[in-house]
Amino acid sequence: MYQRNRALIGVGLLILVLMVTVVACQSTPTKPAETTPASAPTGLSGSISVAGSTTVQPLAEKLAEAFNAQHPDVQIDVQGGGSSVGVKSAGQGTVDVGMASREVKQSELDEYPDLRVLTIARDGIAIVTHPDVPVDGLTKEQVKGIFAGDVTNWSEVDGPDKPIVIVAREEGSGTRAAFEEMVMGGEEGPAIADTAILQPSNGAVRTTVSTTPDSIGFLSFGYLDQSVKALAIDGVEATEANAASGAYPIVRPLNMMIKGEPSGVVKAWLDFILSDAGQAIVREEGYIAVK
Amino acid sequence: MRARYAIDNSVRYLLLFSALISIFIVFLIGLFTLREGWAAFRGIGLVQLLAGHVWRPGREEFGLLAMIAGSVLVTIGAVALGVPLALGGAVFLAEVAPRRARDLVRPAVELLAGIPSVVYGLFGMVVLVPLVRRIPVPGNTGYGLLSASIVLAVMILPTITNIAEDAIRAVPKEYKEGSLALGTTYWQTIVGVILPAARSGIVAAIILGLGRALGETMAMIMVIGNSVIIPRPLNANPLTLFLSQARTLTGNIAVEISYATGLHESALFATGVVLFVLIMLINSLARLLMRRRVS
Repeated sequence: MYQRNRALIGVGLLILVLMVTVVACQSTPTKPAETTPASAPTGLSGSISVAGSTTVQPLAEKLAEAFNAQHPDVQIDVQGGGSSVGVKSAGQGTVDVGMASREVKQSELDEYPDLRVLTIARDGIAIVTHPDVPVDGLTKEQVKGIFAGDVTNWSEVDGPDKPIVIVAREEGSGTRAAFEEMVMGGEEGPAIADTAILQPSNGAVRTTVSTTPDSIGFLSFGYLDQSVKALAIDGVEATEANAASGAYPIVRPLNMMIKGEPSGVVKAWLDFILSDAGQAIVREEGYIAVK
Repeated sequence: MRARYAIDNSVRYLLLFSALISIFIVFLIGLFTLREGWAAFRGIGLVQLLAGHVWRPGREEFGLLAMIAGSVLVTIGAVALGVPLALGGAVFLAEVAPRRARDLVRPAVELLAGIPSVVYGLFGMVVLVPLVRRIPVPGNTGYGLLSASIVLAVMILPTITNIAEDAIRAVPKEYKEGSLALGTTYWQTIVGVILPAARSGIVAAIILGLGRALGETMAMIMVIGNSVIIPRPLNANPLTLFLSQARTLTGNIAVEISYATGLHESALFATGVVLFVLIMLINSLARLLMRRRVS
């Protein structure tokens, strides 16, 4: 009985292996099938590789999808990697289009003189607190002092006598880079305090701020909801209208970068992004249109 | 008959092949991590990397000391909280529990092992962190070593309980019977005879749990605060050390890898190498202790 069972298991295993082998062989044809040139109404075909900021990525994917609906023969491949990767790979020409959720730095422009920067949308960064914090607005200087660790108690900014808990994004995040650039004063400015709680995404920052009393953090406008309180900065409410009009002071560009002048399908896609249809998608996704 | 041997043989090679594949994969991963981290070891230097306490990739400063301290401290915390519980559970399951209780408790413990890490993290974030925050110490945010240690202690429970239970069961019945025959109570027998006899297996269980604790990532990121600081007590009481935020080696990689380029990326792989070596050391130690038990 035992012997027979063993033989059975053996045979079963063999059959399994055979099946896997056969399937594996079938799925490795000698060459990828040639792309049949379907008669596209527009005649546009080709492929675009896109990489960079994970903030721009979802927007770029939506824009690629919409463009694809009109031009089915254009393949757009959107990858993440972060803003720095976006600048670098566009500058080196390893991708057709790079994405960055911050200004392109002067040092980067020096390194890649051929780089063209195209702002496709804008995004406000809101300073948010736990909903129970009785402070409704701060100046940019106060925000800077808090995040640098110089202002450590809410009483120093007309709040209650409670220690401030700082929540920030991790090093390398485009949102953090933009915040450092626009609020902390860039390279020369102070660094965000070591004691800050760091969370690796906008969503995690929101959860942390909404559940930690006396906390303060920063969020992309797209992530604002009732669970946190967005502060007015320099007396201007954090609303999309204020960000679009330029009154709200912490607004970052979402950029696409290309090496040299765009041509062919790349130019067609970028034109589409700046067209009314493209900008409508930008608005739908919760960002501020540039046109 | 002959056909049957042919089947046996082919199955033998098939199994050998599967075993070799795992070795090959471990080897490849080790090689790749080391290769990617090499630039950091060369460019930053081993000493600076291991002993430097500033980690600021934007300014090209890469020191892992804070993360090493974070990983070690949270593991110590988890072991301190988790091991007594796990051992109690193991003794209960192996010696004390009536069959029906055992049939209830053991699957529950095993189920703990099946809960995804991110669920532990979420639980920690919304339930544990607010509880820990109630400890009235200035600077206590709830996020930190204590919350992380508690989450981790629960996560290593199944590993330690299962292996320790096996070790306790493996103690020859004669020891127990001999001890009881000498007139000791059951409790005296457990503490004085069974646990010492199972000692090496129990130590191995603890060390395996330790390895698991060191490698845990997602749940840690969610509750430990991820600040790059060497934890220090918040006030005169040294125990408030555990209310401090910290970052683990695993968390360092997971939090930053998606953005890293160049030396920064390499430094993260070097973090991986450090972790790899640590876990390898711990696992070999466990293996050594387990082998000693068998002989």
